[in-house]
Amino acid sequence: MPTLENTTQEVLTLAEQHFKLAPGTLSPSDDFFKKLGIDSLQTLELLSRLENHFNIELPDYEVQGVSDFKTLAERIQSRL
Amino acid sequence: MLDLTKYFCLGAALKDALEKFCNETCLIEADRDKEKARLTYRDFGAQSMSLARALQDAGFAPGTRASMVMTNQSKWLISAYAIFYSGGVLVPIDWMLTPDEQWELIAHSKAQVLVTEFSLWPRLSKANGRATASDVKLVLVTEAPANGDLAGAQRWEAQLERSCNDNAPPQFVPRQRTDIACIGYSSGTGGRPKGCMLTHENYLEQCSALTSIYPFWPGVHYLSILPTSHAIDFMVGFVGPFTCGATVVHLRTLRPEFFRDAFRRYKITYVSVVPLVLKNLRAVFQSRFDELPKGKRRIFNALVALNKALTKSHPRPTLSRKLLAQVHQSLGGELRTIIVGGAFSEPDTLQFFYDLGIPVANGYGQTEACTAITVNDLKPFRADTVGKPLPGIEVKIAEPDSDGIGEVRVRSKTVMAGYLDDPELTAETIVDGWLHTGDLGRFDSTGHLQLFGRRKNMIVTPQGLNIFPENVEGGFDDLPVEEFCVFAANYIWPQRTMVGEQLVLVLRMKKDQTWDDTLRQQIAARNNKLKNYQRIQGVVLTGDEFPRTTGRRLKRHLLKDRLAQLDRDHAILPL
Repeated sequence: MPTLENTTQEVLTLAEQHFKLAPGTLSPSDDFFKKLGIDSLQTLELLSRLENHFNIELPDYEVQGVSDFKTLAERIQSRL
Repeated sequence: MLDLTKYFCLGAALKDALEKFCNETCLIEADRDKEKARLTYRDFGAQSMSLARALQDAGFAPGTRASMVMTNQSKWLISAYAIFYSGGVLVPIDWMLTPDEQWELIAHSKAQVLVTEFSLWPRLSKANGRATASDVKLVLVTEAPANGDLAGAQRWEAQLERSCNDNAPPQFVPRQRTDIACIGYSSGTGGRPKGCMLTHENYLEQCSALTSIYPFWPGVHYLSILPTSHAIDFMVGFVGPFTCGATVVHLRTLRPEFFRDAFRRYKITYVSVVPLVLKNLRAVFQSRFDELPKGKRRIFNALVALNKALTKSHPRPTLSRKLLAQVHQSLGGELRTIIVGGAFSEPDTLQFFYDLGIPVANGYGQTEACTAITVNDLKPFRADTVGKPLPGIEVKIAEPDSDGIGEVRVRSKTVMAGYLDDPELTAETIVDGWLHTGDLGRFDSTGHLQLFGRRKNMIVTPQGLNIFPENVEGGFDDLPVEEFCVFAANYIWPQRTMVGEQLVLVLRMKKDQTWDDTLRQQIAARNNKLKNYQRIQGVVLTGDEFPRTTGRRLKRHLLKDRLAQLDRDHAILPL
């Protein structure tokens, strides 16, 4: 199983690809709403991409209230 | 549909509906691409009766308040009906709030019962706020796994099994029209919870008025994605379709790809969304149109123009579905109307859908008026207005200015009984039977209402969330400045618009303190801890002491008047 650090890095890389950002733009503590200027529905689209990559299902309630990459990576890690 | 004028309470109307439409499908529950449940009205009735019996055996007395913290699913509605059948008062709580916020509202409502689901219960049960809701004596949790930690709760499903072993039916407890049916919270927490006491009459009248314009019937499929705790979904995703024998489709995820797929899979007739979702759907369509090759794009544009011309006076669904078949097929081919509410919708987005032959029923409402006050009747469609008052609802413009714009006031049988345990706020809000909405509007020459901002200190987000600045101030409690408060910028500087609303932090710095990066970062750090929709967008500095009462309470309106003298563009400093 990958470490939380690895999972977090993968989440950041995928988010950068999804939103067409240069590698290294995002950091674990970044708030996605503020940093990316996205809304809750655009966040759900990113989640679908992350689910496909990690081959997991993240129910909506599991990510409700999550707004930073670090916490998001933790929620993904708990399902790996 | 049932003739709701004959009924005294929701329980009695729903009871008759369950008998009348017993063989119709009432609920379909889907999670992503899997169907999890499909119930007829008969199945629904059987499960509700078992739960009602179990509740009554547990001492559930008429008038008991029962709160609900659940995602949209069949057991939400089954539980709600069991509570109404037993003469209870329902307290729907938004499952998207934080656990502490949920407990705060549950405690405020003095609910004795909580119905929730296992996916939410671990965080809810461990939250500190649980201790404050001391009135809660019974917690029922749905879908708990065999080895799940119930943390003092009981299994919802076990209640049904227990009562099935005993055939005695539960007692139906009728209520009067003036009795409270629901306590609906129209704002978040952190300040002064606004618990709207909505009567059985409020719901019966609202349902009759709304379904006279947007009818349901057996065979209609309504897609429920707004939280059922929200006044709109409670009305058009429960009371409306049930009293007409229609089918409610619950989708347990808001992922856009499954949301769009549900239209095709379940041949959806109606759906309710907030403006944010509508905007997202528009972006999806627009990107598809933009990808069309030039020739096809020209043909498509011509068809849209033709549809627009032919539907100018009223919608023609059959014609539009033929002209723009691919667009309509992508939404299942049966969609009659998208209902949009909860916040103001941009006319441009509404017109985009109408031109494609997909009418959008925008309107204007408040929880205090039991959902809708006005609605677009599509005769003709007017994207620049929020429609006409519903039948039986009186709307007037009070204290109009030279442009005819004044406060929208409402009088009808749909106006709430008042705010729970807050006679002072009730007296300010309902005066001589008129609900003072705090919104500014004007009727045009054809009787359509146009909105022009608010005269109250609040904003509504595109997700339909009401944010009161006072409730956000707690996030800045230890900010090292002399004093501060939060305002809706448009409350200080009215803009005659319902979009682009923002919150600003007004502060008076300490003596010798300067506006620098350190202070900016201190504010930003606190701001970032707030939920994204609660965050302030700018700062207004003032050198004068805030006006306060002798009890040190802020005289907000005096401060507002003082700030209004400043030039908005220069006064709001970016964060």
